[in-house]
Formats: sequence, structure tokens, C-alpha cells
Amino acid sequence: MDPILILLLALLGFMLIGSLIAIETRDLLSSVICVGAVGFGTSLVFLLLGAPDLAITQVVVEILVLVVLVRMVITRRDETHATSRSTLPVGVVLLALGVMAAVVFGTLAGGPADGPLRVRPFGDPLMTAEVPAARLAPAGRADLAPPGTTSASVGGTFLEQGLTENAASRGTGAANYVMGVLLDYRAYDTLGEATVIFVAVIGAYAVLRKVGRSRHAGNESDR
Amino acid sequence: MQGMSLIVKNITRIVAGFIILFGAYIVLYGHVTPGGGFTGGVILAGGLALVVLAFGEEFARNVLTHDIARLADSMGALLFLLVAVLGFMGGVFFTNFLPLGDVGALLSSGTIPIANIGIGIKVGAGLFGVFLALAAFRRATGAAPADTGRLA
Repeated sequence: MDPILILLLALLGFMLIGSLIAIETRDLLSSVICVGAVGFGTSLVFLLLGAPDLAITQVVVEILVLVVLVRMVITRRDETHATSRSTLPVGVVLLALGVMAAVVFGTLAGGPADGPLRVRPFGDPLMTAEVPAARLAPAGRADLAPPGTTSASVGGTFLEQGLTENAASRGTGAANYVMGVLLDYRAYDTLGEATVIFVAVIGAYAVLRKVGRSRHAGNESDR
Repeated sequence: MQGMSLIVKNITRIVAGFIILFGAYIVLYGHVTPGGGFTGGVILAGGLALVVLAFGEEFARNVLTHDIARLADSMGALLFLLVAVLGFMGGVFFTNFLPLGDVGALLSSGTIPIANIGIGIKVGAGLFGVFLALAAFRRATGAAPADTGRLA
């Protein structure tokens, strides 16, 4: 078996155990630490799958979130979370475990290529058909397209044409292809993502603000 | 939040500049090396959060105020939107209207570095503002716990 795959499975097992402990433990600090361990496992998985951009982002976000969460948990001795908790019924847990085992078995065992439990391996593109290259040109600019056929795979097209600009292609000039996709080809996506972060920040301010709240709490001097 | 011990403060004085520098590097070179606006912005926010944690709430209230974070957040978002709207100069929304330059150079790939800077400022200021809201707003509500200093 591929050593990378073994490493990935070990990491996935580690992350599963970490999430279970994070859910089941009664100490809030231990739960936060376990969530952090799962996040760092995710970043290692990204690194093994060849996505350094995502790995860096995951590590950095995990550190910041962990600092904020640990600070919140440490400064706030709140024991009420441990008093009332309900556990899942045994039947639901067994059903979930069974589905999980079936999916893992279906992934590892392979089976027929069109079998019901067959999961495509990593790096196997869905779209491999050849199409006329003119179809991939920008709207109304069929003259920019290279002659002949090209792969309909989106990633393949980006790798072929994404880098430089010449008579035959419309590139971004970014040596980091991921950034070329994020901020040129799919910039609308990034704009939506930025909007989501903006709205989330505004929501956090609105929930956590103290102006306009202290009046209800009765301590006017704290404004 | 009183700030931490002298050792933490001195280490922070030495390290914080390098963290900010690394964040700026990740933002500026996002189109050449792995990274980008979001990642670099989070690193910037982490460096600022380290400073506030080490030097206490007074520092946050006097120097790195919440208003500055809000202003920078909005300015970054507007810069990104400005890059998008300026794309109309080249035809459509988000057109890369600047010359692409040499692949791998710092000044290359048209509008991508500018958009990266905008996103970096936006994300860094936004996350730092949320950190301030989570860590500093609570203190002012009166129920400051006595064991805060244990973090130091």
C-alpha cells in the first residue's frame, strides 16, 4: 500500500479519536485542546495531499483560534456546562459506526469501478473528455483559443494556460497557481468569501458589544 | 487584563516585529509563493493578538484600539472592491487590467498583489477586532475574574 495513504489513514484515525474525546470529555479546556489537535491533523493531511496553501492557512487559523478559545476558557470558570448533558442512544451510535465502517471498507476494498461504495481515489479527475479548445475561450473571443482539442478537466486547463499570457491563452502571470485561480479566474468566489468574513465580524461585534448593553446590566459607569 | 510578566513582555518586544514582518511577506508574495491575503492576514492578527495579550488591556485601549481595527477592516474590504470595480477598465468586473509582467517577480500578475493586500488588511483587522471583542469587551462588563493573572 502507498505509504502516503497509510500515513493519511493514521492521521484520520488520530483526528477521529481527537474529535470523540473533544465531544465526550467533561473538561472544557481538554475539549479545546482536542479540537486544536484535530485542526493540526487536518493541516498535516493537507500537506500530505500536496496543498501547502491550505496547510499554512489551517495551521495559522488553528493557532489563533486556539489562543482565543484557551483564553476564553481559562478566564471563565464556568461549571454549568458539565451538569446537564445527554448521551446519544446506543442504536444511533451503532448505526453511525456501521455506516462509517461501510464507507471505509468501500474506499479501501476498491471493488468494481462503478460499484455503489466506490470512492474515487485522490487526484483522479472526473472530467477527462477531450473537447474543442475554442469552447474554453472567453465569451466572444474564440480567436484566443489554441487550435485543436484540449482536456475538459478544469484543473488541467488552468495548468496548461494559467501561467503566461500570449496569443493563444489568457493567463494570470501568478507563479502560485492557487492564487491565480483564487484572485483571477474565481475572484467572484473570493469576493463572496470576503463578504462572509465581513458579515461574521460585524455579527461578532454586534453580539459582543458593551455599548447599549451595559444599561440593561445596570452598570452605567462601565461605558 | 493586566498584561503578563516582564519576561513575556521583553520576548514579545523582540518577536512581534518579526511576526508582523512574516505576515506582510506572506501577503505581499502571495502570488509567487504559497500563502496569500487570508493567510498573511491571520498571521498579522496573531502578532497583534500576542502584543495585546502580553501588554494588557491598557495597550489595547490606547494604541491598538478597536476603532482602528474597524476602520482597517472596512478599508481593506473597500480596496478589494475597488480592484474589482476597476476591472471595468479592461472590460468586465474583476478583469486583470494591469500588465502581467515577468512570472515570479514581485511586481507581476496585474491586480492580484493589490487584491491580496486588500484581503490581508481586511482579514487581519477583522480577526484582530474579533479577538479584541472576545478578550477585552468582557473585562469591561464588571465581572472581571480574579484569576486572570494565572495566564501569565
